Amino acid sequence: MSERVRLRLFLVFGPIFLGLYVYAAMNLPPWGHYRGPYGDAIARLAVYERHATDAVNAINYDYRGMDTLGEEFILFAAVVGVMLLLRREDAPTKEKKKPGSDADREGASGMARVPGTVADRPPLSETVRAAMILATGLTVIFGLYIGLHGQLTPGGGFQAGVILATAAVLVYLADNTEAFTRIASARVLEAVEAMGASLYALIGVLPLLIGAPFLTNILPLGTTGDVFSSGNIALISACVGVEVTAAFLLVTYTYLEEIIRGEVPEK
Amino acid sequence: MTWFGAGILVLVGVSGFAVVRTRDVTSQIISLGFYGMLTALMFFFFQAPDVALSQITVGAVALPLMVMLAISRMRFRANAKAAVGKGQQKKEGEYE
Repeated sequence: MSERVRLRLFLVFGPIFLGLYVYAAMNLPPWGHYRGPYGDAIARLAVYERHATDAVNAINYDYRGMDTLGEEFILFAAVVGVMLLLRREDAPTKEKKKPGSDADREGASGMARVPGTVADRPPLSETVRAAMILATGLTVIFGLYIGLHGQLTPGGGFQAGVILATAAVLVYLADNTEAFTRIASARVLEAVEAMGASLYALIGVLPLLIGAPFLTNILPLGTTGDVFSSGNIALISACVGVEVTAAFLLVTYTYLEEIIRGEVPEK
Repeated sequence: MTWFGAGILVLVGVSGFAVVRTRDVTSQIISLGFYGMLTALMFFFFQAPDVALSQITVGAVALPLMVMLAISRMRFRANAKAAVGKGQQKKEGEYE
């Protein structure tokens, strides 16, 4: 499609969309006037029923915990898919037998690649690296805080997982590639990810043993405002945090594996 | 709605337009991250701090990170292939 045809199509359908959009926007409820019945009910009941001051996470991990379980397994499946698609097809030890690939090996080493460094950019200054160490520490603490206080303040497992994984990416950005590889390439990580995902399901199954419905909040609720309160919500949030951290680290490492190892693809 | 909220909405619109109009991939990722941050600010202003936090982690961190990782991987492959070709040529030259 050429530029002119596209522009003409836009000039035809753009105003139609704009008209519909304005029409829809005119009929929105005024700002701050919520019309649904459930929001007010949850906001009133979450603290009383679940001892959770953050109503959103009370919904995510308790009232509609089933949906979040599905979402978590969407993430799980997506990570498995990425790792499957980007898997390394060639085992490095086999290639040495082939006579033709010797030249390729020379070419690879010709890029002056020391294991554990990224060759295609200049080294960072010491100041930037020192600042990044500080930032990494702060990021870890912030991630743990967000993850453990999900039932009290906005946040929770999903956000905490991404923040914690970002800390490891900061380690990589600080040129400490070996440390990043040690964190992210560990085989344990895959097990941790699977455990985080399955623990959520297991917490859901647990109430079935005493005859309660799936994902019922049967744990002691504790004092409102306490870190160890609201029963299932805090526990599930922590499990999700573990799963998301491992998932993001796995995806990041899968993408970077080739660059870190400095291996040239054969095809 | 205050002028501040209206200003944020306009900024989100402008930055979204900027993301679409940016053609260089690297600049586009950075503008995408900026757009994610502005959207998070918008959510925060409209009293949805949970969504704002999710938006920061997903829209401003995870999504640009994933796109950047994919692009760096593709660039590395292209560079590596070019380097392999040069290496072979050099070697053949030495033998001659």
